[in-house]
Parts: sequence; structure tokens; C-alpha cells
Amino acid sequence: MKPENDCIIDIRDLTFYRGTRAIFDRVNIRVPRGKVTAIMGPSGTGKTTLLKLIGGQLHPEQGQILLDGMDIPSLGRRELFEARERMGMLFQSGALFTDMSVFENVAFPLRVHTDLPDDMVRDIVLMKLQAVGLRGARDLMPSELSGGMARRVALARAIALDPDIVMYDEPFTGQDPIAMGVLVNLIRRLNQALGHTSIIVSHDIKETLGIADYIYLLSDARVIAQGTPEELANVESEQVRQFMQGLPDGPVPFHFRAPDLVQDLLEGH
Amino acid sequence: MLDILQKLGHRGLSRLAAFGRAGQILVQSLVARPQPLVMLPLVMRQIYFVGVLSLVIIVVSGAFIGMVLGLQGYTILVDYGSEQAVGQMVALSLVRELAPVVAALLFAGRAGSALTAEIGLMKATEQLASLEMIGVDPLRRIIAPRLWAGFISMPLLAVIFAVVGVWGGSLVAVDWLGIYEGSFWANMQQSVDFQDDVMNGIIKAVCFGIVVTWIAVFEGYDCIPTSEGISQATTRTVVYSSLAVLGLDFILTAVMFGEL
Repeated sequence: MKPENDCIIDIRDLTFYRGTRAIFDRVNIRVPRGKVTAIMGPSGTGKTTLLKLIGGQLHPEQGQILLDGMDIPSLGRRELFEARERMGMLFQSGALFTDMSVFENVAFPLRVHTDLPDDMVRDIVLMKLQAVGLRGARDLMPSELSGGMARRVALARAIALDPDIVMYDEPFTGQDPIAMGVLVNLIRRLNQALGHTSIIVSHDIKETLGIADYIYLLSDARVIAQGTPEELANVESEQVRQFMQGLPDGPVPFHFRAPDLVQDLLEGH
Repeated sequence: MLDILQKLGHRGLSRLAAFGRAGQILVQSLVARPQPLVMLPLVMRQIYFVGVLSLVIIVVSGAFIGMVLGLQGYTILVDYGSEQAVGQMVALSLVRELAPVVAALLFAGRAGSALTAEIGLMKATEQLASLEMIGVDPLRRIIAPRLWAGFISMPLLAVIFAVVGVWGGSLVAVDWLGIYEGSFWANMQQSVDFQDDVMNGIIKAVCFGIVVTWIAVFEGYDCIPTSEGISQATTRTVVYSSLAVLGLDFILTAVMFGEL
């Protein structure tokens, strides 16, 4: 599969700095419509930053982020909020509203963006909660949920308005194996059933490879590899192999930059 | 020397930038298409949190300050045979100065710090970011109702503080120390002018309410979203608010009563 056939998000020459450090240096990424695209890479490579840039929460120094041809960074405040109605985002922490019950959390986007009557909102919320297996938890408060349940409620909220794109920020981090399996299944199943486009940011290789149609591998402010999971498994680059096979040392060194150990130890005497 | 100058300049610029951001947040929160049906329940809820829940500390402090004023006033005035003027002294001190100032300081400590911590925690747990991604402006949804609630609650709390303080003063002066009740209230009625004293006191309370709430929500919204960052922001809210209230009180007093 080649992503350039029909892409919903087209990132061109994206350059973004934090202070003097380049997070992205003329990065190009195309997200195919209706597919699951994974953005992978070691910690600190700017994966979550990329989602924030797509969502318009950060502004790039240079480059375009086109959502169906509409350049997100150049949108005004109101247009940006309208564009965000087409996106759903699952935050790493779940980011549920702590003063609302599970039901109210999922109903929130429907209440603020639609004029649907209460009984219809109730039906939609219950269907979304049924999809994530938590219809029975509707009256619980976020503080009463486990980490995995909170993330599933957040997922139900993210898909409440049937968005075109759902972005997942490290969805598997800190989950037990059962919760992780449930989330992997849900993401794949929801993507097929609802027909939206999914972007997963993760460094959980096994789980992500299992559900992604196309993968971009980021490191050192650029895309170091891209392709289907099979294509990436066969890439010769040492840097790619180190990440895909989880090797502790390689082009990404185990040790942080430091002076010579002996010299460092002797300096103390 | 140059280093010190550079640091001073850098600090000055960052303070100026923060002031600019605070102004931007205030304008973006308050200047928008009115949505009374959405906003009213949110504001009412926040009035409960910042206003109603501050009542206990306001009422108790007001009563004690009134009682102390009554006692101190009596012990000073009795030397001159003017103890009948205690009512006037208690009322003027409270209405002009103590009610708006002390209520604002208590409001900063009780409600202001809570606002900063709540908003800071919402930022740290990505609730503000998730609101943005749902397509809801957190400035309109979270900040604006809290600003309005503070603006409305603070003057009301100051009025309650003054009323309870006067009652506390009368409790000590009339019921305990035996000043004639008629002269206590009559002196007060004669000397306290609605326009000059009561309205000026309320104007002060309105100004303090705006400043304290603005500082509190800005510090929360602008904080570094870590436990340390939230704790620093909460401290800053109480310190800046208290200093701003005391400084502003001097300026307002000079304008209102100092014939400037």
C-alpha cells in the first residue's frame, strides 16, 4: 500500500523547535484515509508533539499540516475549533473530566456540539460505552476507574462525535497485558467499524505492528524509515533495527553524553 | 555587572510577557458572543465554590474583627469620654477599609489558591488540552465562569464581612461593655454616608475581586504543569494577590478619601 493515493493528513516540510533544539527538521508525513498509521520512535523524538501540531495546539516554525487541504497552523481560532470537531484524541492520561461521571464525560462533546434531545444523547452515549465494554460503568466517577477503564472511557469520548480522525497518544503505556489486549482489539475494531482514520503514537512495537497499516519511524528530528510492518521488519538500517528489535545499545547509545569514566572518577580525588 | 543587568533585563522582560499573557487571557475569556444559557449554570456552580464555600471563614473573621474593633475602640475612646462613638468607629473602619481589604485577603487565601490549584491540576492532567481537542475553548468554558464568579462573589463577601463585623462590634460594645444601644446605632447612622463610605467600600471590593480572581486564574492557566509548578503557582497567587490588594487599597484610598 502506498499512502499518497488518498491521504487525509499531509504534513509537508514540518520544522519545529523547542528552544534551540530541533524536534522536527523538514519532516514529511502522509496519513492515508481510513487506515491505521503508526508514528513510532524512541522516547523524546517528538511523537506526542506531532499530535499536538496536527491538533493545532502547537505552531510549527515552518511547513504545512494539511487536513483535507486545509492548513491547520494558518487557521484562525474559530476555524481551528471547528476543525477539531473532526478530530478525536485519546490522551496518554485519559484526561477525563474529574468532576463528571463516565456518562457525562462521553456525553460532553455531544452536548456542546449538537442540539440532540437528551434521550438521543443517552442512546449514543450508551452505544459508545457498549463499544468499549463499559456500559455498566456509566455512573462511576473517573476516580473510581482503573487506568485501563479510564482509557477506554476516554476512547468512547473521543469517538462520541464520530470524528474523521482519531489520534491515540501512547495508548498502551502503563497497561496490564489484559487491558493492553483489549485496547489493541478496540482500536482495530473501531477503525474498521466506524471507518475513521487512526493515528497511533507509540513505542510499544509488538502491539503497534499488530494493528498498523503503515508506520513512520522518527528519530533525530526526521523520518528514518517508513513502510508497512513487513517492509519495516526488513529494513537494513542499524538505527531502525535497534529500535524494532529493542536492542539496548547501538546508534542510539545506552549512555547519555558524558566525559570518560576513568577521568570522571579521578576528578573526585 | 553586565551579568546582573542582563538578568534584571531578562526578568523584567519575562514579567512583562507574563503580564501580556494575563491580559490576553482576560480579554479572550470575557470578550465573546454572550451565551447566557450555557454560561449561567457554569457561573452559578463556580459562585458556590468560590463564594458560598468562603462564607464560613468570612463570617467568622468578620465577627472577630468587629468584636476586636469594638473592644479596642471602647478602651481608647473611654479615656476621652467618647465611648458612645464606638459604633461610628467600628462601622467606618469596616466599611471603608477592613471589610474590602481583609475579605479580599481571605478570598485570595481560600478561593484564589483553590482556583489556581484546580486549573493547574486540570492543565497537568491534560483536561484543558482535551477540551481544546474536543473543540471547546477552555478560556470560555473553564476560565470565564471562574472569573465572573470571583467578580460577583467578592463584593458580596465584603458586604457580608462588614455586616457581621458591625454585629460583632455591637455585641462587644453594647451587650458586653454596656454602651447605650441608641447612641451606638444613631452615631453610626449619622456618620456613615452611603455614597462616600458604603459605595466606595463596595467599589474597592469590586476592584479587589477583579484583581484577585484574575491573578488566581492566570497563575493556574499559565503554571508549569507539574506538582512543583502547581505548588509555586498557588503560592504566587496568594503572595501577588495580597500585595496587589494592599497596594491597590492605598491608591484607591488616596483617590477616594485623600482629595487627590
